[in-house]
Amino acid sequence: MGLDRRGFMKTLGIAGVTLAVGKKLHAKPKEEKEVEFYGMLYDSARCVGCQSCEVACAEAHELPLSTDELLAGTNRETHDKRRTVINAYSTSKGEVYRKTQCFHCNEPACAAACLTQAMHKTHEGAVIWRGDKCMGCRYCMVSCPFDIPKFEYHSANPKIEKCDMCYERQLEGKMPVCVESCPAEALVFGTRRELIKEARKRIHENPEMYYDHIYGEHEAGGTGFLQLSPVPFEELGLNVKIQKSSYPELSKGFLYSVPTIFVLWPAVLLGIHEATKNNKAKEEENE
Amino acid sequence: MSNTEYTLQSKSDGQTTWQFLLSELKPKGKWLTPFNIISIPIMLLGLGLIVLRFWKGLGAVTNLTQDVPWGIWIGFDVVTGVAFAGGAYVLTFMVYILNMQKYHSIVRITVLNGFLAYVFYAGALLLDLGRPWNVINPIIGNNFGTSSVLFLVAWHFLLYMIAQLIEFSPTIAEWLGARRARKILSGMTIAAVIFGITLSTLHQSGLGALYLMAKDKIHPLWYSEFIPVMFFVSSIFAGLSMVIFEGSISHKVFSDQISEKNHHAQNGILIGLSKICAGTMFAYFFLQMLVFIHGQHWDLLNTPMGYWYLLEMIGFVLLPMVLFFIAYRKNSVLLIRIAAIVTMLGIILNRLNVSVIGFKWDAAIRYVPTWMEIVVTLAVIFTEIWIFRWVVNRLPVLRESPSWVKKEK
Repeated sequence: MGLDRRGFMKTLGIAGVTLAVGKKLHAKPKEEKEVEFYGMLYDSARCVGCQSCEVACAEAHELPLSTDELLAGTNRETHDKRRTVINAYSTSKGEVYRKTQCFHCNEPACAAACLTQAMHKTHEGAVIWRGDKCMGCRYCMVSCPFDIPKFEYHSANPKIEKCDMCYERQLEGKMPVCVESCPAEALVFGTRRELIKEARKRIHENPEMYYDHIYGEHEAGGTGFLQLSPVPFEELGLNVKIQKSSYPELSKGFLYSVPTIFVLWPAVLLGIHEATKNNKAKEEENE
Repeated sequence: MSNTEYTLQSKSDGQTTWQFLLSELKPKGKWLTPFNIISIPIMLLGLGLIVLRFWKGLGAVTNLTQDVPWGIWIGFDVVTGVAFAGGAYVLTFMVYILNMQKYHSIVRITVLNGFLAYVFYAGALLLDLGRPWNVINPIIGNNFGTSSVLFLVAWHFLLYMIAQLIEFSPTIAEWLGARRARKILSGMTIAAVIFGITLSTLHQSGLGALYLMAKDKIHPLWYSEFIPVMFFVSSIFAGLSMVIFEGSISHKVFSDQISEKNHHAQNGILIGLSKICAGTMFAYFFLQMLVFIHGQHWDLLNTPMGYWYLLEMIGFVLLPMVLFFIAYRKNSVLLIRIAAIVTMLGIILNRLNVSVIGFKWDAAIRYVPTWMEIVVTLAVIFTEIWIFRWVVNRLPVLRESPSWVKKEK
């Protein structure tokens, strides 16, 4: 079961060639072999807080390097010029780091919110933003439970900035740049299935070292960015009350009722209109 | 407002349609009225700010943050404005579907008001879009985001504007003296009304459904899976309160255009509307209570946001409901007007509580609109009133239709 590294590269290579060769081929995903979502596993127990990932990310995406200092207790945030960030937390097990980036949800709220499909869950698993479709309504930002998409407020041609799991690099058969740059092997790239297996293995082999939970396995209906931690996740400032079902589920009921109303309402209205016609005639007679 | 004893007879004086339209563009009467003196500088300032917004980006004019991406341009202009525009679908329902002829004399002005509200408040959405040149994407089919509530709302806005234009078009035909066109367009009214009510049901509730995915961001006293139902039910009395409010003002300002018969009918109309308002507000209040009890948020009541919630529910739903009821029993037009204003304030409060005040209520940095956002909002409202006034002064909206219309019946 599962793909080995070579198999993964092969699949990515095929996907990449397909994309490069022409849109038509790519537009028929059904004929392709079914691809599993790829994701990333981040292990707070291994992270040393060197911020190499931050630097590599900024360089790869032509964004300015951060100047603010990494300090426990201060919250550094991603913004319209920074896609990922490391924060330090003083916890019951000393200082622990956590990486913030897009969670690449299995069923992303941002993509469900987007009325032009500019926010898009790719077959490979990355959630990407496509500028030629986006109209800048920022409904993705309203909907994202993790507040990941960021908007360039001080630009006449604003972009939405967020981690895209280095989708372009993935198509070339490479790993996301943050994974590649991590010297502590705190980041692993692979299929979601493999990553969960790996995370379980780590918890099982080192039960004292890990808090027994994989953040992202079920949160928000499952995410592509999975996290392990030595301490409970609330100590790392994560929202642990987040719902376990997907966010698009929340508006599904409403959207499903639309066709029903669209068919029934006009019929009912027309019926009432016909039924009350007599009233009109009577009133006119009285006049 | 000037005397506008203006019928289309002038057209037969050898004018071409083009000359007629040009002559209609000119202002009528004196224009240094207090309203103009206040509104013109604000509209000019607003225009300047809009230029600045497109030149330097949204951040130059607004206080929007990464956490709060929708401010009053959405929360007030669009979400609240559209609720107030709901009067058009409620009134067309009453007149064309239920055949309540009593309200026929105010249909035209209400539809006009609704149509302009959609054009301007949904139009204000363009100001808020970061990349407005892509606004046609969801319409031309450059990827349909059919899973998006906003996709539904955007399409419904567009289609409803067309439906309202059709509902209003016989008035335009009467103004232009186009008899044949009037006949054809009048024949389309019922279809447009039915289509329009269906669209309104869906997008009034859809505006609430927009916030369903923001489950963790909206204060639990305002978030529930029933937001769409709440938005729909409240749009009924929001729209009717607007009809009462706008009708009362129009009645004074444009009194020279209203026939004797319709003058007398006005009080009866207001009293009828207040009864409907009281009824729907009772249903709304009842629903809100059910949702509150179901949500089990008793502990939250004894917090600042809880007091704010109680103020909205008691001061701006229960109180105006009782006022409408008393006004209806006592036939008091003054009380109806007061109740309508309190109701409208309550709707503003409710929509802002969901979209702005209760949104990220616990954020470290709260969003407070800049004066510039407020000026642009006012400029949009004033421009709408200008166009509204222009149309009412020229088209047979409040005035009786030209005599040839009756003859053709």
